[in-house]
Amino acid sequence: MSDLHRQSVTQLAAGLRARRFSSVELVGACLARIEASQAALNAFVTVTGEPALAAAAQADRLLAAGDGGPLTGVPIAHKDLFCTQGVRTSCGSRMLDNFVSPYDATVVAKLKAAGAISLGKTNMDEFAMGSSNETSFYGPVRNPWNPALVPGGSSGGSAAAVAARLVPGATGTDTGGSIRQPAALCGITGMKATYGRVSRHGMVAFASSLDQAGALAPSAADCALLLREMAGFDERDSTSVDTPVPDYVAALEQPLAGLKIGLLREFFDKGLDPAYERCVREALKVYEGLGAKLTEVSLPSLPLSVPVYYVVAPAECSSNLARFDGVRFGHRCENPRDLNDLYRRSRGEGFGAEVKRRVMTGTYVLSAGYYDAYYLKAQRVRALINADFIRAFKEVDVLMGPTTPTPAFALGAKTADPITMYLNDIYTIGANLAGLPAASVPCGFVQDLPVGLQIVGPHFAEARVLTAAHALQRATDWHTRVPRAYA
Amino acid sequence: MALSREQIASIASLARLELTPGEFPVYQESLSRIVDFIGALDRADTTGVAPMAHPLPGLSQRLRPDAVTESDRHEAYQQNAPQVAAGLYLVPKVIE
Amino acid sequence: MSAWETVIGLEIHAQLATRSKIFSGSATAYGAPPNAQASLVDLGYPGVLPVLNAAAVRMAVKLGLAIDAQVTAHSVFARKNYFYPDLPKGYQISQYELPIVAKGAIDIVLEDGTVKRVGITRAHLEEDAGKSLHEVLPGVTGIDLNRAGTPLVEIVSEPEMRSAKEAVAYMKKVHTLVRYLGICDGNMQEGSFRCDANVSVRRSGSDKFGTRAEIKNLNSFRFVERAINYEVERQIELLESGGQVVQETRLYDPDKGETRSMRSKEEANDYRYFPDPDLLPVELDAAFIESVRATLPELPDQKAARFSREHGLSAYDAGVLTASRELADYYEAVVAAVPEEPKLAANWVMGELAAALNRDNLEVGSGKLPAARLAGLLQRIVDQTISGKIAKEVFEAMWAQGADADAIIESKGLRQITDRSAIERVIDEVMAKNPGQLAEYRAGKDKLFGFFVGQVMKATDGKANPAQLNELLKKKLGG
Ligand SMILES: [Mg+2]
Ligand SMILES: [Zn+2]
Repeated sequence: MSDLHRQSVTQLAAGLRARRFSSVELVGACLARIEASQAALNAFVTVTGEPALAAAAQADRLLAAGDGGPLTGVPIAHKDLFCTQGVRTSCGSRMLDNFVSPYDATVVAKLKAAGAISLGKTNMDEFAMGSSNETSFYGPVRNPWNPALVPGGSSGGSAAAVAARLVPGATGTDTGGSIRQPAALCGITGMKATYGRVSRHGMVAFASSLDQAGALAPSAADCALLLREMAGFDERDSTSVDTPVPDYVAALEQPLAGLKIGLLREFFDKGLDPAYERCVREALKVYEGLGAKLTEVSLPSLPLSVPVYYVVAPAECSSNLARFDGVRFGHRCENPRDLNDLYRRSRGEGFGAEVKRRVMTGTYVLSAGYYDAYYLKAQRVRALINADFIRAFKEVDVLMGPTTPTPAFALGAKTADPITMYLNDIYTIGANLAGLPAASVPCGFVQDLPVGLQIVGPHFAEARVLTAAHALQRATDWHTRVPRAYA
Repeated sequence: MALSREQIASIASLARLELTPGEFPVYQESLSRIVDFIGALDRADTTGVAPMAHPLPGLSQRLRPDAVTESDRHEAYQQNAPQVAAGLYLVPKVIE
Repeated sequence: MSAWETVIGLEIHAQLATRSKIFSGSATAYGAPPNAQASLVDLGYPGVLPVLNAAAVRMAVKLGLAIDAQVTAHSVFARKNYFYPDLPKGYQISQYELPIVAKGAIDIVLEDGTVKRVGITRAHLEEDAGKSLHEVLPGVTGIDLNRAGTPLVEIVSEPEMRSAKEAVAYMKKVHTLVRYLGICDGNMQEGSFRCDANVSVRRSGSDKFGTRAEIKNLNSFRFVERAINYEVERQIELLESGGQVVQETRLYDPDKGETRSMRSKEEANDYRYFPDPDLLPVELDAAFIESVRATLPELPDQKAARFSREHGLSAYDAGVLTASRELADYYEAVVAAVPEEPKLAANWVMGELAAALNRDNLEVGSGKLPAARLAGLLQRIVDQTISGKIAKEVFEAMWAQGADADAIIESKGLRQITDRSAIERVIDEVMAKNPGQLAEYRAGKDKLFGFFVGQVMKATDGKANPAQLNELLKKKLGG
């Protein structure tokens, strides 16, 4: 049974149904691995061992009776910005260090209803603002492939937990690359859905017009299974789209021959690490071998996606985070002199440096005299970028390129300069601005560090993206590699 | 464009963020760099382009039936509150 | 002619009469225990999202159609960002550049009877804030968020009113209208209908606006009038003594009868509006708008015109009787019972009934005197069972006892005497008792006729039919 952690979500769900092992056994094994890894990785903020074991026992009873859903008894973990009833939901922030959600996020409730068991909440960049998981109030998460390096962010805890096989799958959110970038840096598969595909109800908002949930797991097949259960219309989210969710799992085996792949010219720029690029091009050759057609496409406005993002996301976050005022929940300063002091110190103390930086940036770009020059201008350029994508998808079925410019970097390497850090998301932000589904899949190694291939599809073409990712994973075994320390 | 200390102070005040003296130069420096960075948007020709506030253009707001679906749960909700009394959230005295 | 001209624009906030809040399923009922009606959405909890109430949209559209305004096919919710403890999210969801209702107009009748058209700039949907309670606990302010998220329509007028009286007439007209439409209960004490007044003065003949002050949260017609008058005086005095009006928000203190500067909300002028990314544009097609139009009731102006036409009422009377839908309905129910006497019905509704309601501080819809009951009384006047004078006595008894006219007439024996011989008998007695006056009358002192009428009425407790009495008395006195 000691190899349970090497099995994928799909395999574990099947194994549980076949009663080859029990959920209690599996959950116990995962909890032990979480505990053993915590000092080295710091992937979790909160572990809910007891309720998880109780849920596992219940799952075993269901399975024994031949009942249960598609994920019954399968352990997972939630990024700590999904609200979980009765469990602290911190968003990696001192502000919410004492916050216990009175309700479950829709994603949490749906996965629970599918039978999945949450083992706890994973560490993350504070309020999802970061690309290295160094902005968490609970300290940085470390990369399982090399503890001196970052796991990427902001869903870094989820990515590290899956990469180290502490849990077979985890939820994440992606506002500018926060699922795909850590998935690439940790050597796992990460999939962000189309904006509106997965409910944002219960996801603590960072930038409402960009935030979208998704799954992190070893394989595309696992992501397909998790995402199928997470996705769907939710009347509590006005931006949730009411269209049926196809069976992503059933679609996986569709043949790839004839698939038109667009290579994003703007992604193979001078900022891309040459060794990283070689891995990506190798993967593209595999696709050619499978019968796909490669063509180069250009999205001329795409290079402006990072500046657009660093107007739109801070603007929305400056407003979204105004509710954290020390009145109804969250951190309150000691002995406020007056109301203004209460606001200023509660927020000044509760938020970390990067959150404050973005709140201030957003306040600035929305303020009188700057709104047109920054916010409106950015939304106009966003429209140009969106139009570029729409044009491209008239010619190709999916777009491919690198997920990040480089593999994982050292802790502290980019914290001094926010712009250097922001440029990490240069290849991922476009999909958020246009609301497109996108995945990162492992496609090789550079100096023992994983490399990610990014696959972007048109709106609501999650199945196509996952099928393409799955095809690569049937032809290669990059996604099965596990860091030596966690093998 | 370099932001002045006064600008940082006024932004922080609008955003209700207390900054320590040590934080001022840090944010002055990084916000100035960010403002320069996003200034690149100037270069884009957006004549006649409508701003895009939402990633799925063409969708419109769904309307919810006018029905009461919530009940009184103030005790549970106030578990997270720093200071409450008599069902009220408390803040330092506000003078209007 | 005064040296100064007053310029007033009003922003009226009307609370929409929905069951649930504009963006959540919480109840909107007034008077619940603190925070009992504040759901996670109303509290601005992390992760929760707004979903728009269909009834609030229909009500706003109804208003737009009623004021002949443009109902916009595409409107957008925006966030108005500011910090205040009764504003849970740190922003109010409102509409800014693209409101649901664009330009319209409302007609008001001025004191001299002329009709003035006041332009409506816009009307938009927004959520209300909660309440800050400063007096409940010492040293702290308590926050009750039951009202947070209550749907409001904010109706913004053009700065076209020129006196406090005009402003009140306008506000009353809007009040009448929203209650006709059934979109607001109009309860001003509970804050369901309130306004902010933008007031400025300028030299007569000037075409430039003066600097304005905004008087916030006026919740009675009387306060609106007093606050504006005070503010106008204050501004004129200030300007005449060489000072300057500053643009600011002021509060009216009804106890002192004056306005004072609010401790300015810091940076109140930088709300950093931007489209709310949690909500999509509201798109209304023609079919939707027509479906709302089909629910429009007869509006006050239309009803008043019809009253004048059908019942021969003066424009003034028709205006009074249509000031509220309840009053108009009441009047129409009375008229239906005495169709031959619409003017009599109008006089009674505007006279005795209005006075009694006013005396007891009651609304016409209170049920104290149902229309059928008043109609029953008027029928007895029409069929001559009682005189108009006796009817007033009956009315008072009906009001006090809650009884029908007939019951009062019977129990008090107020039925008019229409039996000729009975009246003649009394006349004979009166003539016998007053031989001196009779002689004087017959000698030509005609005005003693009234004396004899009085004596007969006295003897019959006022029940003699006045017309018959007249006729018989003339005959008898003539010898
Ligand atoms: Mg206003
Ligand atoms: Zn308003």
